[in-house]
Amino acid sequence: MFDAVQRNLPFLLAGFLTNLQLAGCALAGGIFLGILVGLGRISSKAWVYRPVTLYVNVLRNIPLILVIFWFYFVMPILVGKTLHPFVSAAVSFIVFEATYFGEIFRAGFQSISRDLVSAAYSTGLTYWQTARYILVPIAFRRMLPSMITQSIITFQDTSLAYVIGLQEMVRRTTIVDSMEVRSIELYSFVAVLFFVVCFIGSRISRHYEEKGRRANLL
Amino acid sequence: MLAYKFDWSVLWRQPYGEWLLGGIWLTLQLGFVAWIIALVLGIFLGTIRVSPWPWLRFLGTLYVEVFRNVPFLVQLFFWFYAGPMLFGREIQFKINAISGLNYYVAIIGLGLYTASRVAEHVRAGFASIGQGQYQAVLSTGMTHLQMYRYVIIPYALRVIIPPLTTEFLTIFKNSSVAMTIGVAETTFVSYKIDNETFHGLEATTGAMAVYLVLGFAVVRLMGFIESRFRIPGLVSR
Repeated sequence: MFDAVQRNLPFLLAGFLTNLQLAGCALAGGIFLGILVGLGRISSKAWVYRPVTLYVNVLRNIPLILVIFWFYFVMPILVGKTLHPFVSAAVSFIVFEATYFGEIFRAGFQSISRDLVSAAYSTGLTYWQTARYILVPIAFRRMLPSMITQSIITFQDTSLAYVIGLQEMVRRTTIVDSMEVRSIELYSFVAVLFFVVCFIGSRISRHYEEKGRRANLL
Repeated sequence: MLAYKFDWSVLWRQPYGEWLLGGIWLTLQLGFVAWIIALVLGIFLGTIRVSPWPWLRFLGTLYVEVFRNVPFLVQLFFWFYAGPMLFGREIQFKINAISGLNYYVAIIGLGLYTASRVAEHVRAGFASIGQGQYQAVLSTGMTHLQMYRYVIIPYALRVIIPPLTTEFLTIFKNSSVAMTIGVAETTFVSYKIDNETFHGLEATTGAMAVYLVLGFAVVRLMGFIESRFRIPGLVSR
């Protein structure tokens, strides 16, 4: 029954690899930029806080597909030549996901009480020691479940790069389906692949959430 | 940097202006109709996930896990391309002959997907209600069904208005995925304008403004609903 999938397995799996690579780029860039965004959102300087807040609020209200298209149109104008859809998609994902990770980091930073910081100082720890041994470990453990969840969402979102013609898994499935006309098997296969990866991810997220709850961190 | 001449008139010049208005109208339709499906199904699923019957809980959990862990694009393609095949050849041809099939599939698909997310919020809403509340209601002699109908669901729904606002916003954003099966909503139109005029940058920027205004309107609307149905005695947020 699944012979259509079997015949095209290498072609399809190569597409899945593209999804994974795109997610990898999006996460690396999105988390890095997200840390800056999160810091900007708790900044007391209005010229930092205002533009960063505007950036976050605008991006979070726009569909990702539209952001992907927008960068697809704007990048050639900025760079002066047509870019590979992967590069264009990666840039849009980084800019888009950074706003979501930024909010996770902001919540994490803000969740640390001032008393805790004062307590750390009173034991004689320096600013960097406080950050290194108290603030970062606690904030990280609190943020970890949401970070994993957001990573899963990012991974699912990579399928949307389909719209600018990137040869990821879904695009390749439509190509195979137009030749084989075996929609049920083919799309079930894609769904199962995504499901397995995302389900495992959501279990890991829940594991850390419960661990945090047991340690009275959340 | 390439020399690029902006032409913002693609946003109102005919026929593009009319396309865009049609696109906005479709986005609104997709969002609202799918939201009704999502709300009804989501509340049902969220409720059976906290029911005392294990097999019902299992079915609810299965639904939520499947629909949350598969990308919406894949779900939509499955319903659109494989969906009609599930009914056998004869009915398949009849379904494929329906005009505007992609529109119906987009609404149902979006509704089914969002229902899984609504169900999670509903479950969390139930979890936030203390055990004492349940015991108190049952001790008044209400049946389980009455308890849910008159006390727990009305209470839980009010508690989850803020997260539901987020979902309501998300449903309009997710409706843009319907463009992939050819539904001419806002995002589809902006792409189509690019095809005709090569001014995709202006068209997509205009579409972004549409979603921003829509998002702002939704936040306002839900803020009104929240204050209208506030539970007396609870701290208002």
